Amino acid sequence: MSEKNKIQVIHLKKKYETSDTKKSLLFSKNINPDAVFAGAEEGYVLNDVSLEIKEGEFHIFLGASGCGKSTLLNIIAGFLDKTEGKVLLDGKEIRKPGRDRGVVFQNADSAIFPWLNVYRNVEYGLKVQKVNKAKRKEIVQNALELVGLSEHARKYPSELSGGMKQRVQIARSIASDPEILIMDEPFGALDAQTRRTLQDELIQIWQKTGKTILFVTHDLQEAVYLGQRISIFSAAPDANIATRVEVPFAYPRDLNAPEVTTFTAEVHQKLDEAINAHGTSDVDKSA
Amino acid sequence: MAASNARAVLPQNAGVTVANTIQQTEHKTEKRAIAIKKAKTAGEKILKSGIVTWLLLLLIWQIASLFHSPDFLPGPAKTLQGFLEVAKSGVLWADIKISLQRVGIGWARGILIAVPLGLLIGAFKPFRWIFEPFINFFRFVPAIGFLTLFLMWFGVGEASKTVLITYASIFPIIINTIAAVAAIDPVKYQAAESLGANKLQSFLTVTVPGAVPGIFTGLRLGLSGAIISIVAAEMLAANSGIGYLVYTSRLYYRTDWIFVGIVVLGLIGFFADKLLRFLAKILLRHYGVKE
Ligand SMILES: Nc1ncnc2c1ncn2[C@@H]1O[C@H](COP(=O)(O)OP(=O)(O)OP(=O)(O)O)[C@@H](O)[C@H]1O
Ligand SMILES: [Mg+2]
Repeated sequence: MSEKNKIQVIHLKKKYETSDTKKSLLFSKNINPDAVFAGAEEGYVLNDVSLEIKEGEFHIFLGASGCGKSTLLNIIAGFLDKTEGKVLLDGKEIRKPGRDRGVVFQNADSAIFPWLNVYRNVEYGLKVQKVNKAKRKEIVQNALELVGLSEHARKYPSELSGGMKQRVQIARSIASDPEILIMDEPFGALDAQTRRTLQDELIQIWQKTGKTILFVTHDLQEAVYLGQRISIFSAAPDANIATRVEVPFAYPRDLNAPEVTTFTAEVHQKLDEAINAHGTSDVDKSA
Repeated sequence: MAASNARAVLPQNAGVTVANTIQQTEHKTEKRAIAIKKAKTAGEKILKSGIVTWLLLLLIWQIASLFHSPDFLPGPAKTLQGFLEVAKSGVLWADIKISLQRVGIGWARGILIAVPLGLLIGAFKPFRWIFEPFINFFRFVPAIGFLTLFLMWFGVGEASKTVLITYASIFPIIINTIAAVAAIDPVKYQAAESLGANKLQSFLTVTVPGAVPGIFTGLRLGLSGAIISIVAAEMLAANSGIGYLVYTSRLYYRTDWIFVGIVVLGLIGFFADKLLRFLAKILLRHYGVKE
């Protein structure tokens, strides 16, 4: 992790407008459009979020459901307009989506292109960026190797498991060589076994590529297993970053090591404190 | 001694036989169960193949025809006779050929107009604002309403007929294409944008392939619209075609020929649709086209 700031969020505020409805529905899950319409008048979802993420950092966002994690990532990805404040990537303000920010969506089925095979899915970004064919081939093959899908390059998404589809998404983002990787609960829909494998693979990919990763999770254990720093949200409305924790362990981590369990318990407590002003947390502490 | 031995032996033997019989019957019931199961799947297969439906249809037709004169309602046999007549004279094949040609040309033109237009209307708002009122107006005006006008405007030749068929096939294709574009998962556009696609690229690489299942449904409905309208198209100022056959048979009191025409139209549609679905299954497997 270098000392250079990759992402700066400065006094960011977000209040949903009715015009946002369509846009943010794209990313957030289970939101009833009518409720959204009513909620749009209500005030700030995010109120004064400031944070810095260093180049090459593995950064986790942790918080209760509905506190605004997806909202923040949507804004950073450029899918959603902010109300006030600034979001900078390498010192430049973010306005719309761009290939400097790779996004790995939670639902791989809606994110990858079922009409393209694995190879062509991964090649997609390079193709629209008009990278020449020889170069594309080299990059795609490397990306596929990185996620362990070289053997499956000719398969179509319908022939892949959930875990493999997420690997396709990761490879597809990495192939475009983005500055940062945005991941909103990417492993949330996977079974425990696959989830663990993908976590390990993600750590390796991160170490190999040195990408800055912004990762949202509900899962405290996942947060401690993966992250270098954890930003903990306060509860909605008017959520902001309540605390930031550094995870002091080297990789690969052993979640059963006593110092790690103690640390996890501390993070858990911080999370409860952050949330406790309003309502209760439904963050998964058991997993 | 011998007798008592024999007596002693008898029940034993009897016991064995009973056990055997039980075993045998068990075996039999098992066999029967398997046989029933087989028969069941075979029965399902037959039902699924549609043969039963066809036979039932023929039967109802046959029974219904028994109560009427053949000039009013010719039965299957009479229709077959009529079929052989027109088939032998070669008229039928010529009619089928020309009708297929008209349907093909009309439908193809419909596709060429409706698919791009539907995609643009679905994807870009200004197109929607301009074209939607048109579509919502004309889609309620049936092709047959334009019959005389088209004859006047496009003459008595082929043009008026293919234009009519095109008109009939356009609306189902356009409407299904627009709906297909609306049904594309917005996350796909976000993914494309984050990977560097511009608006045009998103349209070509997400909208177009993503709409394929709906377009395909539109093509099928458009084809049926085209085939339906062939009778109308050939009703006036034509001297060939299945529609012509149906329409003119009336003048000769050849009700059986009308039936031949109807059956042929139905069969053309049936097999054309089957062919279309077969091709889609092979070519569009990965686009999510459902049968
Ligand atoms: N389009 C919208 N219009 C109005 N309110 C919205 C909209 N989208 C989200 N919200 C509200 O903003 C708040 C934050 O939502 P967001 O999806 O960012 O939460 P989250 O932290 O990602 O939750 P989860 O952990 O369940 O994914 C919620 O109260 C939600 O109801
Ligand atoms: Mg979320």
